[in-house]
Amino acid sequence: MPFIPHTEVDVRGMLASIGVADIEALFDEIPRELRIQGLSGVPAAAPEMAVLRLMAERAEADGRYLNFIGAGAYEHHIPAAVWQIATRGEFYSAYTPYQAEASQGTLQALYEFQTMMASLTALDVSNASLYDGASALAEAVLMSVRLHKGAHRVLVPRTVHPLYRNVVRTITRNQHVEIIELDYSHESGTTRIETAAAIEGDIAALVVPQPNFFGVLEDAEALAGWAHSRGALAIGVVNPLSLALLRPPGEWGADIAVGEGQPLGAPLSGGGPYFGFMCAREALVRQMPGRIVGRTTDSEGRPGFCLTLQPREQHIRRAKATSNICTNQSLMAIAAAIHLSLLGPQGLERAAAQCHANTLALRDRLAAIPGVAPAFTGAVFHEAAIRLPMPAAPVLERLRSERILGGFDLSRHYPELGNALLVCATETKTEADLERYALALERALGERR
Amino acid sequence: MNLPADLKYSKTHEWVRAEADGTLSVGITDHAQEMLGDIVFVEPPEVGRKLAAGAECAVVESVKAAADIYAPVSGEVVAVNAALADAPQSINQDAYGAWIFRLKPGNAEEIGSLLDAAAYARVVEAAEK
Repeated sequence: MPFIPHTEVDVRGMLASIGVADIEALFDEIPRELRIQGLSGVPAAAPEMAVLRLMAERAEADGRYLNFIGAGAYEHHIPAAVWQIATRGEFYSAYTPYQAEASQGTLQALYEFQTMMASLTALDVSNASLYDGASALAEAVLMSVRLHKGAHRVLVPRTVHPLYRNVVRTITRNQHVEIIELDYSHESGTTRIETAAAIEGDIAALVVPQPNFFGVLEDAEALAGWAHSRGALAIGVVNPLSLALLRPPGEWGADIAVGEGQPLGAPLSGGGPYFGFMCAREALVRQMPGRIVGRTTDSEGRPGFCLTLQPREQHIRRAKATSNICTNQSLMAIAAAIHLSLLGPQGLERAAAQCHANTLALRDRLAAIPGVAPAFTGAVFHEAAIRLPMPAAPVLERLRSERILGGFDLSRHYPELGNALLVCATETKTEADLERYALALERALGERR
Repeated sequence: MNLPADLKYSKTHEWVRAEADGTLSVGITDHAQEMLGDIVFVEPPEVGRKLAAGAECAVVESVKAAADIYAPVSGEVVAVNAALADAPQSINQDAYGAWIFRLKPGNAEEIGSLLDAAAYARVVEAAEK
């Protein structure tokens, strides 16, 4: 079936049968002044040859940088087979089909994805993915408020990704949710839960980032325990790759775990498409947003797959649905399932361990440079904050001129940390890469002294 | 249509039974369960919640739809049928046995404004035309 099923003849026929002159007339009730007449900055159609040339030039301008930025999106090796398989015609759609039972293969792939995520997080159920990590957190916050029936306050440590916090605020602002931020120790880089003791009254949930935005490991079990002692849910925000090494959220007490799925097979590609994931304890499943694929048997007893628990969703429950998330990032989730299958548990563990080792080596090498020191004492997974003797911005600019992306400048979101830089060295980096970075940083700092 | 004569009914397809202890049991009618199909989940109201007449207070979910249950009269929720958590299908099997919650009525006169079996039957017939 072609993607656009209506020919001009079809369209004219339909308009004629409802007695409308043209498609524009269907939008008459929207006042002219509210309608966008054209998008500024979007040029008219160009020939394919010109577009290809333009894109090639743009790609070249992007350059070939040695990348040490993490901060929520991570450069990982993706086996070539992942996207060879994921882009097969049978999978190549962003959507879970509404006529789901007609595409058993897609459903099975998503079911396998859910099984893998549930097993990585050690929680009972997973949905079939969400848009991205930030909106997944917002959905988890809303879910916790629905579940609590009484509390509308959610505690979000400042060690949660600053952009995730922005998205949570944006999505929850008009939904009677109060977000209270918690401060962190400037020494260890971990959440100071004791600052929450003064908060009186009911709390729906505490968000527990593991590792947190600084790459530092929180005392997740203690934080989850604190949440439960206050009758609140614990929402883990986790890096899925880290789960190959760290205790999974289901074991340290998270009731819901969400995160950004990009490290599992999605290329950085300028910020997306990525996907969010969400897992939870089974008792909470009816408040879980998004699609869930279930395994079932047909009338002849044969195994099959179907979308399940759909009355939670907006096409049935309308305004009272658990969420207005009506689709997911199906293709990215399927790619993640393929990625995980190809790596296997040992491969995933090796990749995670190599990231951890590389980041520690980089942090130690950089800390040997006069004036540079680790910003926090807390243990890290695959990202570390370092303190520079001068503002990070000009240093990063200097590094860029040597084709190195030197890290994420923390001063924009955490001015109280001074000249702090967040660096990340994944398994894609070699010893020579780390040395190249260290030497370039030495030069950049040396010039300024 | 299976409509016991000793029950009262609402236009929104709840039935109400006056219990000996003065409370009112509330469920959904046989017609409602038939329209919903296989019921898979019931979300009861919280015990202790005070409801205005007509307030949304529970949800009955079937394989194809989710329906809100409204308080037929005002009152306080004094009990919920815990057995429905494990056996929601009992609403399909015996709609008038499977009560969902019990109310202590706030105003005894409101009960008089509910429909009797014949009046409810007319409501259903009118909707089906």
